[in-house]
Amino acid sequence: MLTEELVDLSRLQFAVTALYHFLFVPLTLGLAFILVIMELTYVITNRPVYKDMVRFWGKLFGINFALGVTTGITMEFQFGTNWAYYSHYVGDIFGAPLAIEGLMAFFLESTFIGLFFFGWDRLNKWQHFMVTVLMAVGSNLSALWILIANGWMQNPVGAEFSYVTMRMEMTDFWQIVFNPVAQAKFVHTVSAGYVTASLFVLGISSWYLLKGRDLEFARRSFRIAAGFGFASALSVIVLGDESGYTVGESQQTKMAAIEAMWETEPAPAGFTVFALPNEAEMRNDYALHIPYVLGLIGTRTLTKEMPGIKEIKTRNRERIESGIQAVTALEALRKDHGDQAALARFEQHKADLGFGLLLKKYIVDVSQATPEMIQQAVDDTIPRVAPLFWSFRIMVALGFLFLLLFSLALFYSVKGTFIEKRWLLHWALWFIPMPWIAAELGWIVAEYGRQPWTIYGVLPTHLSVSNLTPANIYGSLAGFIGFYTVLLVVELYLMTKYARQGPSSLGTGKYHGETAGGALPAGAPAQKI
Amino acid sequence: MDYETLKLIWWLLVGILLVGFAIMDGHDMGMGILLPFVGRNDLERRAIINTVAPHWDGNQVWFITAGGAIFAAWPLVYATAFSGFYWAMMATLWALFFRPVGFDYRSKIKHPAWRSTWDWGLFIGGAVPPVIFGVAFGNLLLGVPFHFNDYLMSTYTGSFWGLLNPFALLAGVVSLGMITTQGANYLMMRTEGDIYRRVRTASLIFAALTVASFALAGYWVATGIDGYMIVSAIDPNALPDPLAKTVEVAPGAWMHNYAVYAWAKWVPIAAFAALAASILFSRLHKAGAAFWSSSLACAGIIGTAGVSLFPFIMPSSSDPRSSLTVYDAVSSHLTLGLMLGATAIFMPLIVLYTSWAYKVMWGKVTTEYIAANDKSVY
Repeated sequence: MLTEELVDLSRLQFAVTALYHFLFVPLTLGLAFILVIMELTYVITNRPVYKDMVRFWGKLFGINFALGVTTGITMEFQFGTNWAYYSHYVGDIFGAPLAIEGLMAFFLESTFIGLFFFGWDRLNKWQHFMVTVLMAVGSNLSALWILIANGWMQNPVGAEFSYVTMRMEMTDFWQIVFNPVAQAKFVHTVSAGYVTASLFVLGISSWYLLKGRDLEFARRSFRIAAGFGFASALSVIVLGDESGYTVGESQQTKMAAIEAMWETEPAPAGFTVFALPNEAEMRNDYALHIPYVLGLIGTRTLTKEMPGIKEIKTRNRERIESGIQAVTALEALRKDHGDQAALARFEQHKADLGFGLLLKKYIVDVSQATPEMIQQAVDDTIPRVAPLFWSFRIMVALGFLFLLLFSLALFYSVKGTFIEKRWLLHWALWFIPMPWIAAELGWIVAEYGRQPWTIYGVLPTHLSVSNLTPANIYGSLAGFIGFYTVLLVVELYLMTKYARQGPSSLGTGKYHGETAGGALPAGAPAQKI
Repeated sequence: MDYETLKLIWWLLVGILLVGFAIMDGHDMGMGILLPFVGRNDLERRAIINTVAPHWDGNQVWFITAGGAIFAAWPLVYATAFSGFYWAMMATLWALFFRPVGFDYRSKIKHPAWRSTWDWGLFIGGAVPPVIFGVAFGNLLLGVPFHFNDYLMSTYTGSFWGLLNPFALLAGVVSLGMITTQGANYLMMRTEGDIYRRVRTASLIFAALTVASFALAGYWVATGIDGYMIVSAIDPNALPDPLAKTVEVAPGAWMHNYAVYAWAKWVPIAAFAALAASILFSRLHKAGAAFWSSSLACAGIIGTAGVSLFPFIMPSSSDPRSSLTVYDAVSSHLTLGLMLGATAIFMPLIVLYTSWAYKVMWGKVTTEYIAANDKSVY
């Protein structure tokens, strides 16, 4: 029996493990390309400091990468262990990009990361540079296939339901690959990863500059991070995820919830900067409104209308009622594949099958659903507004702050005066955690905003889980929390330890704290900041 | 290509991916199993770990890709097996946690307790997954208690402890022996001196253990275990529907394929011959030949399980008609064809660049080398 407790626990476990995994992914995506830039500079200029930069930032990359791999396997396992019905129902489509990710991307990244770390003495510098490039390309291709899979959950194109196999089946692979939602997600997500890594390098370099140590090393790292970060911060905003929001219905629903847009507004709709969304009465209290802006962001036009929550609900009620016909016809067909009357009825209502399945949360035989149950199902089709409204706003605000920070960092880099701007260095240092917060909030907006579906309009979340007992999930969830807490403590400890050691951890004898020269002799008091 | 052919090719391809996993990830897992015993001090242990340092991550992708391929090609198997074997899967997963962090973090801190903890972590990450996979294969041969409802939602009615029955544990021993032999033979190629002598002894012992346990398991399957048989007509080109067939439990049914197909018996014979060759080559100090022999043994042993079960993948002991087979647990015609194309393009590339990576890093890893490169190696 799929109880609500089981479904909630399965969701909680997925959310915990996915959010945790995503602590490590963005830095991998971005730092890989920063390493490429640094190494390219090295092979062109032949200056050893750039090689040291690749090796030092590569060390931090490795510490982060280890946990990315560890927690990534969890994600793959979990579809099977905890979302068995989902795996059956959409595996024909969803499994393919995951398998291709392994074949095309993950093998590439994982094979060359070994040569990246251990191949320095065995490869010439151009060969090693190619290894770094392939590693970076592999990690980003990996993101591409995962986001193609995820984009399909948001906007399920190129697939059709079969009542014989009782699942969704692929009809057009290229439609799935070139799904506009997937493409928008990919660009937005990798750009966010580049921002994360840039700020990481910028912030740690700033710390060395503030301490007055390893100046040349830090200055060059700072410049690269400022340039790459500026381009990425621009890209993450301009090519924001919402460019895909007009495409599918799911994205319209998400958009309406993000904006707490209860009524359909005449085009172009206004943007609500601040409000207290009141879900019970379906209105906003204390709203601060900027006209036109939302319509421009959401539709990229002045004329296209964006549906409000009330209109979406009216539409969904019709689809649920039609879906009841689809479900009952399907159940007749499952008993007898030759039932022609049922087949005709099923074909007519098939597009609304998923909406009919929403009622399964309340009743087994959906033809007996009461008007109250139907109303509940209609209300379920809109995710809760307040968490989305706020997550989105904090994420966007952070995005603009990143752009401002990188603009200033780049400006003073070009002028060559950034070392004197101690306020800028402090800002960069203290802002290191912020891209992670923005990325996690982005995940919440994308995935919480898809509820009550795992596959929008096709498969409700409450039907997707494995038929286990809640006790099983309590146990595994406790295990994950235990393991992940210990791992995070270890990771942060090592990351801090090596960031503090700085390039001296390479043992070249040239850097801060090493006896053979460097900015400061060993044991010298650190400069006060 | 017609649907039937694709279904059969995918049975073969999943087998190849599992064998690839056993050969590649198997040798670094075998390294982990042997690590605490054949490395007697920190330098020795670091030398052992660094034989796989540049490669363990790529090797692990065999496992991840095999999982992804089962998801894509056999979604019902993926769903039913992973959710049914819930705690076995969690144990595997948590054991695997110790590998990336064990490799990467172990030598970043000097404290002996820290390093010894991660050495045992690498042992767990090496030993637990092969044992569990062996136990899982044992249970596939026994049949697994699960059934489907009309919506094809699976329910597993067994318990975790029920998986740990004597036959399945024996299968776990076969698997552990096979992987440890593989690791020992790999280490023979990459180490010298004391470590070499110890891993050579381990290779001889574990290959012998594998022969004995594999023979015992084979005898047990032939005489003491009921197999499964499809008794209704099979239409291999039909749309997959696991509930459309009739299945019966029959004594000796797992020997059926060996009676029908003349070539089938060569699979277990190859496994025994390869294990014997591994022992012979280890004795003769031919490490490379021993490694390829034990690799062939992996193929023979996994192949024997697959051929015995064919066309079953996961028989159901509680509701035999719910059993999953190569004909009715598969993806659509389009997906199987597409995935075959992707595999045909990328698999040769993977073999190519993996070989190159090994070639670049090849050679004996010595304790002197570790001492000289303290900051750049694991």
